[in-house]
This record gives sequence, structure tokens and C-alpha cells, in this order.
Amino acid sequence: MNYSWNWGVLLQPTGIGDSTYLNWIMTGIGWLAVIAIVAWSIAMLLGSLLGIMRTLPSPTARAIGTTYVTIFRNIPLLIQLFIWFYVVPDFLPDSIHNWWINDLGANTTALISASIGLGLFTAARVCEQVRTGIEAIPPGQVNAGYAMGFSTAQLYRYVILPQSFRMILPPLSSELTNCVKNTSVASLVGVAEIISQMKTISEYTQNTIEIYTYVTLIFILINVCLIGLMNFLEKRFQVPGLIAGAK
Amino acid sequence: MSEAKVMIDLQHVSKWYKDFQVLTDCTTQIRQGEVVVVCGPSGSGKSTLIKTVNGLEPIQQGNILVDGIKINDPKTNLNKLRSRVGMVFQHFELFPHLSITENLSIAQIKVLGRSEAEAKQKGLAYLDRVGLSAQANKYPAQLSGGQQQRVAIARALSMDPIAMLFDEPTSALDPEMITEVLDVMVGLAKEGMTMMCVTHEMGFARQVANRVIFMDQGKIVEDCTKDDFFNTPRGERAQQFLNKILH
Amino acid sequence: MEWFTAFFQDLQLSAPALWHGFSITLKVLCFATVGGVLIGTLLALMRLSSIRVLNWIAKGYVNLFRSIPLLLVLMWFYFAVPFIYTGVTGNYLTMDTALVSSIVAFMLFEAAYFSEIVRAGIQSIPKGQTDAASALGMNYSQSMRLIVLPQAFRKMTPLLLQQTIILFQDSTMVYAIGLLDFFRTNYVRGDLMSLLTQYILFAGLVYFTVSMIATYIVKKLQQRLTV
Repeated sequence: MNYSWNWGVLLQPTGIGDSTYLNWIMTGIGWLAVIAIVAWSIAMLLGSLLGIMRTLPSPTARAIGTTYVTIFRNIPLLIQLFIWFYVVPDFLPDSIHNWWINDLGANTTALISASIGLGLFTAARVCEQVRTGIEAIPPGQVNAGYAMGFSTAQLYRYVILPQSFRMILPPLSSELTNCVKNTSVASLVGVAEIISQMKTISEYTQNTIEIYTYVTLIFILINVCLIGLMNFLEKRFQVPGLIAGAK
Repeated sequence: MSEAKVMIDLQHVSKWYKDFQVLTDCTTQIRQGEVVVVCGPSGSGKSTLIKTVNGLEPIQQGNILVDGIKINDPKTNLNKLRSRVGMVFQHFELFPHLSITENLSIAQIKVLGRSEAEAKQKGLAYLDRVGLSAQANKYPAQLSGGQQQRVAIARALSMDPIAMLFDEPTSALDPEMITEVLDVMVGLAKEGMTMMCVTHEMGFARQVANRVIFMDQGKIVEDCTKDDFFNTPRGERAQQFLNKILH
Repeated sequence: MEWFTAFFQDLQLSAPALWHGFSITLKVLCFATVGGVLIGTLLALMRLSSIRVLNWIAKGYVNLFRSIPLLLVLMWFYFAVPFIYTGVTGNYLTMDTALVSSIVAFMLFEAAYFSEIVRAGIQSIPKGQTDAASALGMNYSQSMRLIVLPQAFRKMTPLLLQQTIILFQDSTMVYAIGLLDFFRTNYVRGDLMSLLTQYILFAGLVYFTVSMIATYIVKKLQQRLTV
């Protein structure tokens, strides 16, 4: 095998400005974080709303929730991002369309499309988790809440949601992990996040194995951090006595 | 006694689950200060009947009035009415994510609009009344069944109800904890609280009930004074039931 | 409407290429599912075995593949498969690199997810069953093959099929390494003929329809199996 090893590749200067390849990787991580945070915020807000809607007595609310989930779960993520990046701008009104094409840089348009696309995709999954959490609350709790005079809104706010969100913390955190991993798909619409950087660097330096390994390690590290965050949240919101060993 | 105000008025109440009729033409009145025990074999509809009183179960025919206000009138503020009638459930239904103190005060604050200080004071007073002041800062999962049910009674009392509904309050308790709950209920009855209790505890009925209602297959079969019921029951079904239960 | 008619006219011309693309998608799907379930079952057994080393290897494998994005795995294997092939045999890989590396990548990636499903399935079989098998004199391999796995797979089939549907959607990622699966073929054709919007929406519609039908079938199957 004629492969020249170079594990110090990250510290090499790129030849463009003063940066080293490490700077490029850090930029990539930065954009990854931006997409993940924006997308996850959209997903939590919209997903919780839809999840609640799917459990309300109103048939209209339920239908809206079900339709949303059906559409956004049956189209692959990649196609959804492509739709937001390539298709939707064409249907924007002219003035916005011009601003989009001319005034925003390529990275920014890709960033916005990717964040919205990933956010809406993940919202469908969060919706299902929230719905499952709400449906798992025993009907006795609902009865007790109503018997005390709570309105439906109060019932959700004080009885149902606090319990169901605690219950779905583990699967929600795995959705968060998926969301962070899925930011990599944004590289295919042109966002300069970590996978993009990885491709570029490996083309420049031909040190493919090293750079791929570093990026793999970074993802493993991100995952470990997310698991740590999840454990912290679970402990923080634990109800004493409810889970074994919580006393 | 017969001049006292009618608190709960059931007029020809009928209810169907799809095609199955669960309540047939149930009529009875409970006056202020009366303690009425509702008993009968399982499937007789007694739990369903008591749940119609505060509207947790809707009815298709007949009228229900609580303190003169029609339950089944769409214009009635059902939440407000429910806040004035206390209910105690078979499975306690304390809110597991809230501390005991919070369980006692949350509906006072959010439904009745009391201040936090006032709600806490009242809740703790009733907690002391049921003998559980020491548990104020614990969580439901840390209490025994009997303790949880006593807290549930205190929670209902904190709302200063005009009547109390009990749906098999001791059926889910281990035998040694039944007494502590019954003692609280006897105390309440002796103070003149209007009570409607679905229960198998005939000892309790003999001690404090004014009247006994016997239900079978969705109909009120017997509705007479306590003495009449235990000594000279008219119907054969009631007699069979009494024989089984009192042995 | 011009927008539609132009697309439909081109669709008739591009149909053979699109069918070919779909067949590539199916190829990846089938190999990945079969291979993934086999490797996944092996991993599940390793995870449940009493030999510590096997536990660790299986656990490490599953955790690794669940921490990194599918896209990264695809890129790794796109690089590694020809690299290792050349290193081992000294020849250059003549087969379609993208196709072979995709299949390998998907098999190994999905195996991590399949193994969790299989593991849960095996663990749901009551211990009494293995006890009975042992009492009859069966060894580990026999009791697994004849008693436990057949029952476990019955239970797991709907979940395995659901994972396959997810795989079907994930297969679009091969776009990144240039494999002409159904989606990429649509994209390339659309880009070429300036009908990109229509082709992307068309591809989305096809994936949507197939997923919906497949999900419906799996639901029906689940209902029949739970009776």
C-alpha cells in the first residue's frame, strides 16, 4: 500500500489565509451546531404542539397532526432538504425570490433551507414521542384533574405534560442525537458543515484515513456529550420515589 | 332532616355506551348533610353513576342538578361546578410529579384563584386533619396506599366542597390500611358533610350512612334508610348481595 | 400547463433510466436487509452471550455505528472498500465501487439497528423455553436455532419490516457517493433537462407512496400476528 501517513494533518496550514485545517474543522462544527440548534428548536416547539393536537378531542386538530406526520415521515430527509433548497425558492413571491438569490450567500441560503427542512422533519418525530407520552398517562389522572375543576388547558399544563415529558426524556434525547447526526445531510445542499469540510480537506491533502478518523472521533465525542446531557436532565427532573433508586 | 336543601338531584338518568345501556332511569336525591352509600355487584353501574354527578361521564337522558345547577346544560360552567364538589378515586390519583403540599394547593391556586400562602395554609391544615403533617414535603410515590388516599381526601377537602363523592375509596388498599381511611370518612360524616359513597364497606355504612342505594344492572333497585336496608331488604337481589357481602 | 406537460413528455423518455435507478435502490435494499439481519442476529447473540469479550465487541460495534451519521459511514466505505481491495489483492476494483461500497456500508450500518431489535426479541422469549430445550438434551446451538429464534423472529417481523422501510428512505443517501439510485437518477435527469423542480417533487411522491403502502401492509401484518 503506498499511502503516506500524516496524522498531524489538522495542524497543517491550508495555504489560504492563516488558517490551519483545524480551523476549517472548527468552522464545520460551528455550522453543525447552528443547524442542530435551529432545527431542534423548531422541532420541539412544532412537534410538541402537533403531539398535543393529536390527543385533543377536536377531530380537526387531530387530522392536522396526523396529516403532518404522514407527510413528513414518509418522504426521505434528503428529498425534503432538496425540496426546501431547490423547489421552494422558485415558488416564493418575486421580491423575496430576488433577495434570496442575489443578496444571500450560497452558504446562507443552504443553511436556512437545511435548518427549516431538518426542523420540520424532526418535528414529525418529536410529535409522535409527545403523543405517546400523553397517551401513556392513566385516564385516572385525567379524571382527577377534571374532578378538581381544571379546564382542559390547565389539565395539560399542570397534570399531563409535566408527567409525559419526564417519561419521554430518553426517547427524546435519542431524537436529539438523530437530529445532530442528520445535520450531515446538509452538506449535500452545500452547507459548509463538518462533512463538507472533511471532503474538502481530504481532497486537498489526500490524507483521507486520518481526516475521516478525526471526524469520526468528533462525532463519537458529540454523542458522549449528548448522553451526558440527557443523564443530567433525567436526574434534575426526577420525581423522588418514582424511579428505582431515586430516593 | 327532610327540610334540608337538596344537594344532588338525579332525575331519570339514563346512559348508553354505544348500544349498551349502562344506566336506566336512575332517580334519587341527596340532601345536605346526608351520607348515602351506593352498593351493588360489579357491573351494576355504581361507579358510572357517581361519575355522572360531576360530569366526568356524560348522560344521554335525564337531568342532574348539583346545588340547583344543571350538570348537563351546555351553558353551565362545568369546571367551576367541579371545583365545588370533591371527588376521591379508587386509585387515589395524586399527581405523582408534585409534592404533597403542591398536590394540596395546585387546584386551590389555579382554579379557585387563592394566593399561594392561603392555599398552602389550608392544604396543610387539612393534611394535619388527616394525620399526615409529617409527609408535607414528600412525593406520592414515597407514601403508602392508605397515606396517599388520606392525602387525596385532604386535597378534595382543601377546595371547601359542598359535597364529597367517593368512588370505591378503599377497594385498592391492603386490608390493614382500610381502617385509617374509613376513620377519616367517618369523621367527615359526623361533621355533617354531604357524602355519596360507592363502597363495599358495609361496616362503614352501618356506622354513619343515612341511606343505602342498591344498584343492579344499571338500575336503582333499593333506595331506603340504612335500618330498612340491613334489616328488611325488599328485593331478592339485595338480599342475595347482603348475604354474600356480610359473610 | 407548460410546467406539467414538459415534465410528462420528458418522463416518457427518462422512464428506462428511472426504472434502472429504482432497481439499484431495490438491490441495495435487499442486500442490506438480508445481510443486516444476519449480521444483526450474530451481534445480538454475541451481546447476550456469557463470554465477556464477545459482549464488549458487540456493544462497541453497536454504539459506534449508532453514534456516527450514515453519510459518514457511506463515505468511509466508498474510500475503504477499493483501498482495502487493492491493498489485499493488488488489483484495482473493477466492479461498480459505489454500488459495492454502498451495500457493504448499509449492511454493516443497519446491522447495528437490527441487532437491537433481534436482541429485544430474543430476550422476550421466556426462560422456561430454553430450560425445556435443555431438559430435552439440546445444546445451545440447537435450542437457539430450533426453539428460540423461530419464536423470536415471529414476534420481531413487524419491527424488522419497519426498519426496512426506514432503510428504504435512508437509501437516498447514496446520492453522496454518486450511485445512480432512483433519487439520484431523478436529480441528474431533472438537472440536465432544467426540470429539476418537477423531478424532485416526482421522486418525493414516489418515495412517499411506496412508504405509505409498505407501512399499511406492515400494520395489517401486525394486526394479524397479534391475534
